[in-house]
Amino acid sequence: MSDPTPRPAGTTPLLEIKNLEVGFQSTNGIVPAVRGVDLTLMPGQTLAIVGESGSGKSTTAHAIINLLPGAGRITGGTIMFDGKELSSYSEKQMEDIRGREIGFVPQDPMSNLNPVWSVGFQVEETIRANGIASGRKEVRAHAIQVLKEAGLSDADKRLKQFPHQFSGGMRQRVLIGIGLSSRPKLLIADEPTSALDVTVQRRILDHLETLTRDIGTAVLFITHDLGLAAERAEQLVVMYKGRIVEAGPSKEILQNPVHPYTQRLVAAAPSLASRRIQSATAESATHALGDLEYAPTKVTEGLDLIAAAEERVEHRPAAKRPDAIVVKDLTKVYKIRGQGKGSSGELIAADKVSFSVEKGTTTALVGESGSGKSTVAKMILRLENPTSGSILIDGTDVAPLKGKELLGLRRRMQPVFQDPYGSLDPLRNIGNTIAEPLQVHNVGDRTARRDRVLELLDQVSLPQSLITRYPNELSGGQRQRVAIARALALKPDIVVLDEAVSALDVLVQAQILQLLAELQNELELTYLFITHDLAVVRVIADNVCVMQQGRIVEAASTDAVFDNPKEQYTRELLNAIPGAGITLGV
Amino acid sequence: MAGYILRRLLQAIPVLLGTTFLIYFMVFAMPGDPLLALFGDKTPNPALLERLRQEYNLDQPFIVQYFLYLGGIFRGDFGTSFSGEAVSDILARTFPVTIRLAILALIIEFVGGVLIGLYSGLRKGKLFDGTALIVSLVFISLPIFVIAFVGQYVFGIQLGWARTTVSSGAPIQDLILPAFVLASISLAQLIRLTRASVIETAGLDFVRTAYGKGLSRRRIIPVHILRNSLIPVVTYAATDFGVLLVGATVTEGIFNVPGVGRTLYQAIIRGEGPTVVSFVTVMVLIYLVVNLVVDLLYGLLDPRIRYVK
Repeated sequence: MSDPTPRPAGTTPLLEIKNLEVGFQSTNGIVPAVRGVDLTLMPGQTLAIVGESGSGKSTTAHAIINLLPGAGRITGGTIMFDGKELSSYSEKQMEDIRGREIGFVPQDPMSNLNPVWSVGFQVEETIRANGIASGRKEVRAHAIQVLKEAGLSDADKRLKQFPHQFSGGMRQRVLIGIGLSSRPKLLIADEPTSALDVTVQRRILDHLETLTRDIGTAVLFITHDLGLAAERAEQLVVMYKGRIVEAGPSKEILQNPVHPYTQRLVAAAPSLASRRIQSATAESATHALGDLEYAPTKVTEGLDLIAAAEERVEHRPAAKRPDAIVVKDLTKVYKIRGQGKGSSGELIAADKVSFSVEKGTTTALVGESGSGKSTVAKMILRLENPTSGSILIDGTDVAPLKGKELLGLRRRMQPVFQDPYGSLDPLRNIGNTIAEPLQVHNVGDRTARRDRVLELLDQVSLPQSLITRYPNELSGGQRQRVAIARALALKPDIVVLDEAVSALDVLVQAQILQLLAELQNELELTYLFITHDLAVVRVIADNVCVMQQGRIVEAASTDAVFDNPKEQYTRELLNAIPGAGITLGV
Repeated sequence: MAGYILRRLLQAIPVLLGTTFLIYFMVFAMPGDPLLALFGDKTPNPALLERLRQEYNLDQPFIVQYFLYLGGIFRGDFGTSFSGEAVSDILARTFPVTIRLAILALIIEFVGGVLIGLYSGLRKGKLFDGTALIVSLVFISLPIFVIAFVGQYVFGIQLGWARTTVSSGAPIQDLILPAFVLASISLAQLIRLTRASVIETAGLDFVRTAYGKGLSRRRIIPVHILRNSLIPVVTYAATDFGVLLVGATVTEGIFNVPGVGRTLYQAIIRGEGPTVVSFVTVMVLIYLVVNLVVDLLYGLLDPRIRYVK
């Protein structure tokens, strides 16, 4: 692949990687992870590497400052940084580069601060190690300044606190502060916000952008979200299986993706799809999605979100149908232990939540972590008992149900949870996992159950041969399909999807969303879809309830919420969807 | 904090009552007449036997014996042994020796275990690590008396570095060899625990971030890797102090240490209820205090626990 970056005359690149190869030592020899990557980054520029997990994007970034894990090593190519050949640097020489000239912001703020040292300690040791300041007072003053810059207002008080006393967003601010503390020429940001809520993500990235622009730091930004990458970087590099498949200016790539893999990524990114649907409905007053005249191509088949949305809208029943779920004034109060001696407080997780879900439609509960959306889902599933309020399923109050009747309710209502790794029993094979609800509810005999399991595997597009396999042999997407098959085993009317696609890679996420849309049409399912991602909501849901601090702040049809958000908070959430202001070739 | 400690100490009362009762009962239920055994093959004078029976309350039913003993403890009287020595005197004579031995063993265990375990963990898969793993496995598999005899033979007789038996008064230099023997198995286990903990910590995200921050390896190893790895290690070693105290019985026997183990063993053989129960009571107390210290240490080592309390 030719060098994608046009080089302005008279400037030399800050970072120039040529034909980089990284491999991992294993018992069967070296397994290549990065195969011949070239990229060029100019001073002060931002370049994003995009790809799904396992594409080698993080490995490439780690190779630059030799943060590869034990078995990983650079097996070929050159890394020129500011006139220095980094791939030949010793560990000792690299220590002077890291932190000082190249800052690093890691992915998960929860695990990247040492839990046993105070935040101040961890900032101060960085300042001392990079020779920015010396002497107790000076270092302390500098640490406060670093944290203030990173956006912690009461930095001097918070120095003594420990990481677990900080929220995820605050920890990420600390890590960004640490990464930029010595004014490096280059900052490597490895998925710096993928573990955070969308609105927090937006604030943090805005802040990072301002800081790096002021300091003049170039940024190498690693992300799996194409929309986010395009919004934050001038240059884009798309990686797939260790190779660069496409590179160039962000907007060009987004508007005219050449490589089939990039085309699939563009089709599957919820943020982009929701923007596209948005612009289409805004243009046509009738906002019929069917008029989109969007033709799915062969490469994007099966993971096209717009196609999924179209399918949903086309099959939307015309006449009003009875409500499957009616929730009224639902409240849940948790008693919590207070900070002081013997004091205890109350946490209102859900506060007078009321909404209803029409049969055969999808309602999304949207909110950030801690907004109470999962608590509501648990109460509807009767996994938690409400403090007050009522839940009607098909017109029946579920609160007094016990024993057999409760079992009957569970048969009509099934959950799918977020983590496809945690929600399958590793010691049960796939067939038994899917058949378990049938056994519990005494449905059919052995052969009938087996037939049903095979039918379900077909429905979720999994090969029937999987019936004897175990969860650890399956990919994340396959596992989530198994979880969906299990939920459908009893032919439920209602499926509660609690962040069911949040843990999946974009392409897999798109496939699952498409599958859910198809199943809804086929089986007339009612979905309650819990998510923090508004972009996904745009594709899958008919109605939206936006939750904040235990309350529903806005509830309306998806189109209404997106076209005409009434609440400030909803507007914030909508603005936080990456990819705003990018014109796409619809 | 003070309230927490007080609550924990109050919890010790039912534990003590339960254990003393159980131990007293077990000694009572042992077959044979303890007083008859004192006379060996000789036929005892019935009048003398009767007088001894009354003196040691052995003519009373079990439950009365137990409460008489318990009442004595509240008056500070732990009873007397069959040899006529006050049990409190025996306690005062033997416990300091055993505690000294156990502390010495604990120091050997902790320093050796952490240093070897850390080095092993940092050089995972290398020659040193492999050797440490095999040697520690050998020590874990060996019964302690084998280690004791081999130690006695090699260091005491062949090399002449240490005395094979401990002289009266149990001076520190005599206790070093028994302490090494006593510590050996725990040391081997601690090496493995530290090694595993170091390997786990070294692979955590914040260690990579520490490198990314520009810190040197020399700083990261003690500050970020060792410090975090020590949390399970310190608590294991502290809990082990109780085990070392009790486990000293065999070692004390072989090295002739005039400590708790030997005395307790003899008291059990003779069926001296008050002596056995008093020893066990003190041991249970030490265990409870050690456990309390371990829990407090946890909070000290891990701020996440400190702030929950």
